[in-house]
Amino acid sequence: MKLIDEFRDVKLGKKLIAKIHQTSTKPVKLMEFCGGHTVAILKHGIRQLLPPTIEMLSGPGCPVCVTANADLDKAIALAKLPNVIITTFGDMMKVPGSYSSLQEAKAQGADVRIVYSVHDAVDIAAVNPQKSVVFLGIGFETTAPTIAASILEARQNGVRNFHVLSLLKLCPPVMKALLDLGEIELSGIVCPGHVSAIIGSHPYEFIPEQYKIACVISGFEPLDILLTVDMLIEQIERDKPTVEIAYRRGVKPEGNIHALKLIEQVFEADSANWRGIGAVTKSGLKIRKQYEHFDAEKVFPIVSAPVREAKGCLCGEILRGVKTPHDCKLFGQTCVPEHPVGPCMVSSEGACAAYFHFGASHE
Amino acid sequence: MCLAVPVRIVSIEGTNAEVEIGGVRRQVSLWLTPEARVGDYVLLHTGYAITVIDEAEAEQTLKLFEEMATIDEAH
Amino acid sequence: MSETILLAHGSGGKLSHDLIEKFFLPLFDNAILNQLDDSAAFELNGEIAFTTDSYVVNPIFFPGGDIGKLAVYGTVNDLAMKGAMPLFLSISLIIEEGLSLEELKIIANSIKAAAEEAKIKIVTGDTKVVNHGNADKLFITSSGLGIIPPGTNISGANARPGDKVIVSGTIGDHGIAVMSQREGLKFSVPIKSDCAPLHKLVAEMLEISRQIHCLRDPTRGGLATTLNEFARQSRVGIQIEEEKIPVSDAVRAACELLGFDPLYVANEGKLVAIVAPQDTEQVLGKIKQNQYGAEASIIGTVTTEPEGKVIMKTRFGASRIIDMLTGELLPRIC
Repeated sequence: MKLIDEFRDVKLGKKLIAKIHQTSTKPVKLMEFCGGHTVAILKHGIRQLLPPTIEMLSGPGCPVCVTANADLDKAIALAKLPNVIITTFGDMMKVPGSYSSLQEAKAQGADVRIVYSVHDAVDIAAVNPQKSVVFLGIGFETTAPTIAASILEARQNGVRNFHVLSLLKLCPPVMKALLDLGEIELSGIVCPGHVSAIIGSHPYEFIPEQYKIACVISGFEPLDILLTVDMLIEQIERDKPTVEIAYRRGVKPEGNIHALKLIEQVFEADSANWRGIGAVTKSGLKIRKQYEHFDAEKVFPIVSAPVREAKGCLCGEILRGVKTPHDCKLFGQTCVPEHPVGPCMVSSEGACAAYFHFGASHE
Repeated sequence: MCLAVPVRIVSIEGTNAEVEIGGVRRQVSLWLTPEARVGDYVLLHTGYAITVIDEAEAEQTLKLFEEMATIDEAH
Repeated sequence: MSETILLAHGSGGKLSHDLIEKFFLPLFDNAILNQLDDSAAFELNGEIAFTTDSYVVNPIFFPGGDIGKLAVYGTVNDLAMKGAMPLFLSISLIIEEGLSLEELKIIANSIKAAAEEAKIKIVTGDTKVVNHGNADKLFITSSGLGIIPPGTNISGANARPGDKVIVSGTIGDHGIAVMSQREGLKFSVPIKSDCAPLHKLVAEMLEISRQIHCLRDPTRGGLATTLNEFARQSRVGIQIEEEKIPVSDAVRAACELLGFDPLYVANEGKLVAIVAPQDTEQVLGKIKQNQYGAEASIIGTVTTEPEGKVIMKTRFGASRIIDMLTGELLPRIC
């Protein structure tokens, strides 16, 4: 596969690994912000290949994991309304809310359908005019413009029964909130590759400027990640933190201007609730007033019972990089993918799910 | 969910394109990348092309790895 | 006969009899079935292998086959994995009211063709019809009987440290072929299900080696799940190498698109064999000569530790655990 296989070349990878070993002298903590990076790192066994000076922490970049129980409960409440079809990415099905999950709601008769694209949700709405279709808008800046496009397309085509529950979140604000908590001593951040394809590199500039932390925007193939680690170590060893793009084939410094315009047109930044972190200002996307017809929160009466948090669940601390899945007493015991206590164990990008599934043999 | 796959545009019709990777084909939306042309590689995320891939940069990055390899071997 | 299946076709009355005598009997024609008694009667000598499986694949037609072909070969293969020669099959159909006779005809013909290819006789069967909405068009249950040649001892519990692990060809073909037909995914792939009968292949393997310790076809849950089953049953470790696992380009690409790992995708025409080290090359050679084994590969070794676990060496030399499939990777595909 072009543009994938070349970036998995073993010979080149081994040279990068050797260079990192040569260059890295100081013990450092690097955070891979994005859950997709945590998975890629574990899948290819990259942690084992790095020198012991480098510690990798996983961060809150898993949109399903950081969705608060209150928001999950809203989605499940919507599923139980009559004549509503819930459309969602597959990840959300098994995530436990305060009392239930979408999968359970479906087993009890709710019409919940997994879609690969928000576009498919609009199609479902078009062929089911007598029902209301609600799409669960979970994701970061990578997904936000696609949802904006779907709302504009629905409006263009006169599809009036399509709605979105916007649970979209923004990365730079939560990175700031995390750093302000000051719980971990980070030297560098592996920045999300596809979020950056949309937002570019400028939004991260505050990180080296204010916190003196190195930032490198990374792709997801093994060579991409190794190059990123190499570039971070170089910055750290030279004590010259800045924002660099390792993923140059996918990310331009200015991002995707067209996609950014779409987001701006349909959404506005608002406060959002992040699991493990709490409310963060201007870190979520709310649908603008002129598109409120498409806003599920405005259209439907959502009544849910008081929020409950699962006892003993360490998802919050794990998302902040303060603890690892192995620190959680429930990990692999009461909390496993078949019956998860928290979302981190069941999301395809969740740290706990990744550790459980790929756990290195030496641990 | 942040995952996107590089695919090649085979044909375009309006705001939709047919793309191909390893012989597998799919329809995708070009709403986010109206500048994309047939033959371009794009990153596909949940049914939308989110950016046109810069193949020249891809070549450069690979060249960078090759050069790194050569420098190292010289030691 | 009417154009569609009605509830009455399953009620035991005239329509039921018509369906059996005018539709199924001529297709599956054999002396035992033609008796149309409540039970099939025959003599069997030797160690008998007996298996059953239900087929609920959705959709019922997919590139490379249909639920009928699957129902025959799936059960033939379960017998073959014990080293048994398949002899007799039962076919039970649960038909959703409203299924067209046309579609049923295609499936029935697939069953017939598959049975002929596998030289297995369909000696008894059943047909029920359920209300619209209670079966995804058609469910099939098939049970199979075969005889295990004397001296054959194949079991998931027989793997020993030092044994080699062979897979008979590319993995993930069936699962991806079926997925491509499902509503909502909308992608086209140049691949077909690998649905095939493996009893002849197994017979050829057994001819040249008496040291084939384990055999299994990696259906639901894929190669990863089958290897884990062996590791647990035999209480050994299994080490495999990522680079040695055969995967076709199209399956690789489809898995990238859908976020799947080919190790967990179902196969319907492949086997995993665990063989004593001294016989491995010969057995591999024999498999490659068979039409269903051209891409066979030695993918790993059985070890003492870690007991019950499967470890994979990635292309970069790092190791990671390969777990069983947890939860549901794909909707019903076999």
